[in-house]
Amino acid sequence: MEFLSDIASLINSTLRISTPLVFAAMAGIFAERSGVIDFSLEGKMLMAAFVAAVGSYFLGNPWLGLLLAIIACVSLSMLHGFASVTYKGDQVVSCVAINILIIGLTTALAAAWFGQAGLTPTLNEDQRFLEVNLPFAESLRDIPIVGTIYSDILSGHYIFVYLAYLSVPLVFWVVFKTSFGLRLRAVGENPSAVDTAGINVFAMRYKALAINGVLIAFAGAHLSTAVNANFFREMSAGRGYLALAAMIFGKWHPKTALFACLLFGFTDALQIRLQGVELPAIGEIPVQLIQAIPYVLTVVLLAGFVGKAIAPNAIGQPYIKER
Amino acid sequence: MVSPILELTNINKSFGHVHANKNINLTINKGTIHGIIGENGAGKSTLMSIVFGLYQANSGTIKVNGKEINLRSPKDSIINGIGMVHQHFMLVENFTVLENIILGFEGELVFGKNLEKAKKDLKDLCDTYKLNIDLNSTISDLSVGFRQRVEILKSLYRGAEILILDEPTGVLTPQEVDELFKILRSLKEEGKTIVLITHKLIEIMDLTSEVSVMRQGEMVGHTKTENTNKEQLAEMMVGRSVLLRLDKSEVKAGEVSFKVKNLTVKDDLDVTRVKNVDLEIRSGEILGLAGVTGNGQTELLEALSGIRKVESGEIYLEGKKVSDSQNFLDPRELKDKGLAHVPEDRQRMGLVTDFKAYENLIFGYHDQQPFSKSSVLNHRDIISHSKKIMEEYDVRPQSPNLITSNFSGGNQQKIILSRELNENPKVLLVGQPTRGVDIGAIEFIHQRLIDMRDRGAAILLVSVELDEVLSLSDRIVVMFDGKIVGEKDNINVTDRELGLLMAGVV
Repeated sequence: MEFLSDIASLINSTLRISTPLVFAAMAGIFAERSGVIDFSLEGKMLMAAFVAAVGSYFLGNPWLGLLLAIIACVSLSMLHGFASVTYKGDQVVSCVAINILIIGLTTALAAAWFGQAGLTPTLNEDQRFLEVNLPFAESLRDIPIVGTIYSDILSGHYIFVYLAYLSVPLVFWVVFKTSFGLRLRAVGENPSAVDTAGINVFAMRYKALAINGVLIAFAGAHLSTAVNANFFREMSAGRGYLALAAMIFGKWHPKTALFACLLFGFTDALQIRLQGVELPAIGEIPVQLIQAIPYVLTVVLLAGFVGKAIAPNAIGQPYIKER
Repeated sequence: MVSPILELTNINKSFGHVHANKNINLTINKGTIHGIIGENGAGKSTLMSIVFGLYQANSGTIKVNGKEINLRSPKDSIINGIGMVHQHFMLVENFTVLENIILGFEGELVFGKNLEKAKKDLKDLCDTYKLNIDLNSTISDLSVGFRQRVEILKSLYRGAEILILDEPTGVLTPQEVDELFKILRSLKEEGKTIVLITHKLIEIMDLTSEVSVMRQGEMVGHTKTENTNKEQLAEMMVGRSVLLRLDKSEVKAGEVSFKVKNLTVKDDLDVTRVKNVDLEIRSGEILGLAGVTGNGQTELLEALSGIRKVESGEIYLEGKKVSDSQNFLDPRELKDKGLAHVPEDRQRMGLVTDFKAYENLIFGYHDQQPFSKSSVLNHRDIISHSKKIMEEYDVRPQSPNLITSNFSGGNQQKIILSRELNENPKVLLVGQPTRGVDIGAIEFIHQRLIDMRDRGAAILLVSVELDEVLSLSDRIVVMFDGKIVGEKDNINVTDRELGLLMAGVV
């Protein structure tokens, strides 16, 4: 029985840890399917975490914090679009600039407003999102298997966890079943074909970036106003890059990207679980080694398997109409 | 009663300092096939891109059915019944035919009812014009000829009454050209208006009823096709009289100087593109290699010139083995042994387009006397050599210090050709020597190749232009799906026979 509950708690943490990755990967799919590289998921996630925490602290409502985070991230996406779509700058450079800007900006603003470099005040219960207990979770817990799945795995997560996994079929539907999705995919493959079909290439890319900004804001708010009760320095901790890797590993497809995110989340949950555990014959594995697992896995997956993933054809290329 | 469907008045368009269209006037009558002919860079494509709303004219007016219209984007043109089949197809390769056609004209936010209706309408259109297209196939699986039909179908679905085709036959086999012309004639019968942009005189004579000629951004003449002939049109295009037929002496082939035995080559994706190819070229002869683009010619040329690894088989230069799957000479070593290569893609492989002309004129030979001494370039000798050679090969403008990308396609090709021919190679590999080159320069380049042959060089000419292969080669081999599928002596062979081989029918 203890084994079963170990498994349940491992799956439970996998779902929670994967949440920001899922949001970020979905955000990345919109940008990159439209032909715009988005390395700045990391910076935007960090910005969202900061703005959500500060907004919620001042306004006393985590939803308002989330709203401000969305506004901030959409603005950053527009900045990226301005530099790389309208002014045809190098997309990677634009992203790196955003990432560096946000690391400095969040640290500096926290210091200016709260006197602590890179730290915002702890939020009280009204100012943050709380865990959602699904109906009848307590009374169903004792039913074997079904009860464990419902009460210990599915119930008791933050709202963002549910939203993240709901966003995946929604993204799939938008990208593959709507005319917007058709145009989105086309503009990332062959913008000239879109232009000659009478559609504005630039407007399409801006729309994709706007959606990207909304989705990535959820990832940041999840970090600072749900799993944690404040913002701290560089709290995104590479999750934006990890999500980008998951998206590439998932071949720019929402379903496969979801699995890649879950895989990364699972290895992370596993390494937390394995810390301090004595393994037969080997003994205790050094914690540094265990913590390296997700990163090693990323490198192995990307180097070993991604060779077959084919990026949108026009990715990274600004659209130039006249010669 | 003829009535004009499209009228252009005083159209002007500049790109930076280049005045691409100067005061263009053009009237196109309803229900006709109207040819627009001119050399590369004459401004034909620019003009039609303006009509399609892709570029905006600096001045001038455009009338459709007598009504002046303002074209700000392709959308405006499509609404006014103008459709265009571009030289480079505007298709999303990993989309299906259906997805490509409805793109931008979905008619609904979420796919459903309209999609079904579109399928039905498209089937009807396919039947009417006998297009024979499967709506569910993916573009990347279709041949070039079929992709072109998809483009035509796309325009028709979007309600085109005027269909502009930009150099539509450049990538087709003769049989595919016949099919295309059949489709175009049936479109005309249904009352559509066709504008055919081309630089091939024969197409104008075959298909059009009226023709307009452009030269250096200007419209230099309009006439009914029945009142003119090829020679007259060529003269109008170039501005002087042109020799349409090459003077070629009889072949005096010598020993076999280049030999390929059982050669197999793979591409970057590990797909076998050249399959057990045997070739022999004797000194003093031109062997033409015909074939539709993408049948292994590129990989063959790359392997022969030492750029690509040989999977199996052997290559011999003057009787000595130079390459097999184990040992191979690199391009530099092959060059030293007297092999020169004029690559297919001149801007990617033949030149560094951002460099100055004199730099490109010595590349590959830059470390030899007199261009350099103890690894230091001898600037003065390089410049004087460049001036001399640019004059000899009629490269215009004759300025060695000009950035190479500022030369026209024909002059860029002359830069490469002069560099490679100047060394008097024993074997010359030439890929697409006149792609994107104007008539005047084509004449010059062809003459140079003939001269090389007469001086005893063995020349392999790889070209998708069948006319070129036919007029230059002494012997012709046809490549299809990586294999040599036929060999003909260039005496009574017709383009039809070669076309069948190119299509893999025989």
